[in-house]
Amino acid sequence: MAEVLVYVDHVDGAVRKPTLELLTLARRVGEPVAVHLGANAEDAAKVLGEHGAVKVLTADAPEFAEYLVAPKVDALQSAYDAVSPAAVLLPSSTEGKEIAARLAVRIGSGIITDAVDLEAGDEGPVATQSVFAASFTTKSRVTKGTPVITVKPNSAAPEAAPAAGTVEQLAVTVAESSKGTKIVLRTPRESTGRPELTEAAIVVSGGRGVNGAENFPVIEALADSLGAAVGASRAAVDAGWYPHTSQVGQTGKSVSPQLYIAAGISGAIQHRAGMQTSKTIVAINKDAEAPIFDLVDYGVVGDLFDVVPALTEAVKARKG
Amino acid sequence: MSLRIVVCVKYVPDATGDRHFAEDLTVDRDDVDGLLSELDEYAVEQALQIKEAADDAEITVLTVGPEDANDALRKALSMGADKGVHVEDDDLHGTDALGTSLVLAKAIEKTGYDLVVCGMASTDGGMGVLPALLAERLNVPQVTQLSEVAVADGKVTGRRDGDTATEQLEAALPAVVSVTDQSGEARYPSFKGIMAAKKKPVESLELDDLDVEADEVGLEGAWTAVDEATERPARTAGTIVKDEGEGGKQLAEFLAGQKFI
Ligand SMILES: Cc1cc2nc3c(=O)[nH]c(=O)nc-3n(C[C@H](O)[C@H](O)C(O)COP(=O)(O)OP(=O)(O)OC[C@H]3O[C@@H](n4cnc5c(N)ncnc54)[C@H](O)[C@@H]3O)c2cc1C
Ligand SMILES: Cc1cc2nc3c(=O)[nH]c(=O)nc-3n(C[C@H](O)[C@H](O)[C@H](O)COP(=O)(O)OP(=O)(O)OC[C@H]3O[C@@H](n4cnc5c(N)ncnc54)[C@H](O)[C@@H]3O)c2cc1C
Repeated sequence: MAEVLVYVDHVDGAVRKPTLELLTLARRVGEPVAVHLGANAEDAAKVLGEHGAVKVLTADAPEFAEYLVAPKVDALQSAYDAVSPAAVLLPSSTEGKEIAARLAVRIGSGIITDAVDLEAGDEGPVATQSVFAASFTTKSRVTKGTPVITVKPNSAAPEAAPAAGTVEQLAVTVAESSKGTKIVLRTPRESTGRPELTEAAIVVSGGRGVNGAENFPVIEALADSLGAAVGASRAAVDAGWYPHTSQVGQTGKSVSPQLYIAAGISGAIQHRAGMQTSKTIVAINKDAEAPIFDLVDYGVVGDLFDVVPALTEAVKARKG
Repeated sequence: MSLRIVVCVKYVPDATGDRHFAEDLTVDRDDVDGLLSELDEYAVEQALQIKEAADDAEITVLTVGPEDANDALRKALSMGADKGVHVEDDDLHGTDALGTSLVLAKAIEKTGYDLVVCGMASTDGGMGVLPALLAERLNVPQVTQLSEVAVADGKVTGRRDGDTATEQLEAALPAVVSVTDQSGEARYPSFKGIMAAKKKPVESLELDDLDVEADEVGLEGAWTAVDEATERPARTAGTIVKDEGEGGKQLAEFLAGQKFI
């Protein structure tokens, strides 16, 4: 069976969930071979093998952390040359898309980004995309070269599929020309202890209606009662009430959870672009005319400062 | 020596309009108003600020698109850019990301550059890959997704708010930069700016001028193919209740019914 390269997104060998989803999708189009760049490949290989990776190609070089993107493209290209895969899959993160783009140029292949589903077709993998703020669904193929496809988080449920996960060293030479953009300082994001926004099964977001940073704990308390991630609209972020990294929407994070709860958010097209593919949508807004209500499975017209705390209490009571 | 800045700007269908696909599954540009991608206004703004901080700089705005894409150039010129380049050719219809990056790279090389500035993503395709594609094709550093950017002493520096960390980046010119909507509000064109823009030169280029083969662009030459585009069915109307003291509890019951709690 043809091999499919899967680029591994991890933090020090702890594989992130979108990669496990990629392995599930990869198995529909071939045999997954994972590419792990950085330290602790052995730890990663265990998890990757459990989810279907027949092989884990690994390389570690200081250049991966010292320069932006390009050294990782060199490494992925080495893996590509070694395997001659039927497709290359990467997570749709900022970095994942940039690595994918540069690899596509080098190997003369087409690229599809932000796929939300993947299936085998007669002429290679067929990718589903959700476009124009999720108002259209398209099916696309790469027609030249080896398909390079990036996949959005939460596009598939990770499935266990025990495979060998044999670790093999990959020889990588980082080109001089790949050392163009120096990372002079790197400040890792502080963990909030809550699930990662793009990976969370439930997201609770607050908007301008939250009316101040001092009120965001109302949103956080609901999120914590549900084990959810906290999101925000751009209006709330621009006002400095919540960090930009929590912004949901066109220029923020794109989320696709099982449940999305929007409190005090009107539902502008740019916000919808980042949450409209959520499975179940709930809104709390005091304006019955707010466009967000066009999207909801359940909406409450009311003051979020009444509804949200009452909901939090009810959730806690039910969970005991 | 003058700092040559090229800003890539895309002409896109208005996101607040009713966007859809034409019969050949390319974007329908006839039935919906087009404009300069709002996210490229941030790129123009940063280019203007870099120019203002430099001794001597010139800003060229570049677009690849149909005749109407000229509107996007005029908007950028009215904000303060110096001249425009419009790559327009019937064979471009349906070009994908690889093809667009090829045409942009050739046009940038022809124009001459020290710095290329792009938006973080277009508001239609929204792939966010063009800047990386350009850096690869031009073989220069990519300094992308910046919320802060500065150019001095032949170097570009910037701040990238990544998925897991914030990074401070540095590269020697020439380089390709992309800026996010956190980089600072874009200025409105003044009346004087709008009047001046009418007199600014816009050079028109065809594929022949760029030595790009017709089979590398357009629908036929694309590296990707769209086989199907279907409008998402309207959501079935949800339940909407008015809070009269019980809204929170009712919502909890709904969530319990859906097995979320
Ligand atoms: C809904 C939709 C989905 C698409 N999906 C794919 C796909 O999966 N694969 C694929 O290969 N193509 C795809 N395309 C086509 C692709 O979007 C265009 O070919 C294209 O111009 C490049 O991608 P982008 O606009 O998404 O660029 P982005 O990478 O999002 O744009 C970043 C920046 O590049 C610059 N830029 C982009 N286009 C131009 C231009 N024409 N002129 C000047 N500057 C420009 C701007 O500065 C912009 O801010 C899609 C198009 C649409 C409308
Ligand atoms: C290029 C571009 C990119 C953008 N990207 C994004 C993006 O990524 N994400 C994003 O979110 N936006 C984005 N925007 C901004 C977007 O257009 C809207 O301005 C923004 O989403 C509005 O945020 P909001 O809904 O919180 O605020 P508003 O639109 O002001 O809505 C606030 C809502 O809260 C309600 N409310 C007020 N008080 C209460 C209360 N006590 N209880 C209940 N309800 C209350 C009001 O009725 C109102 O509906 C972008 C815009 C542009 C131009």
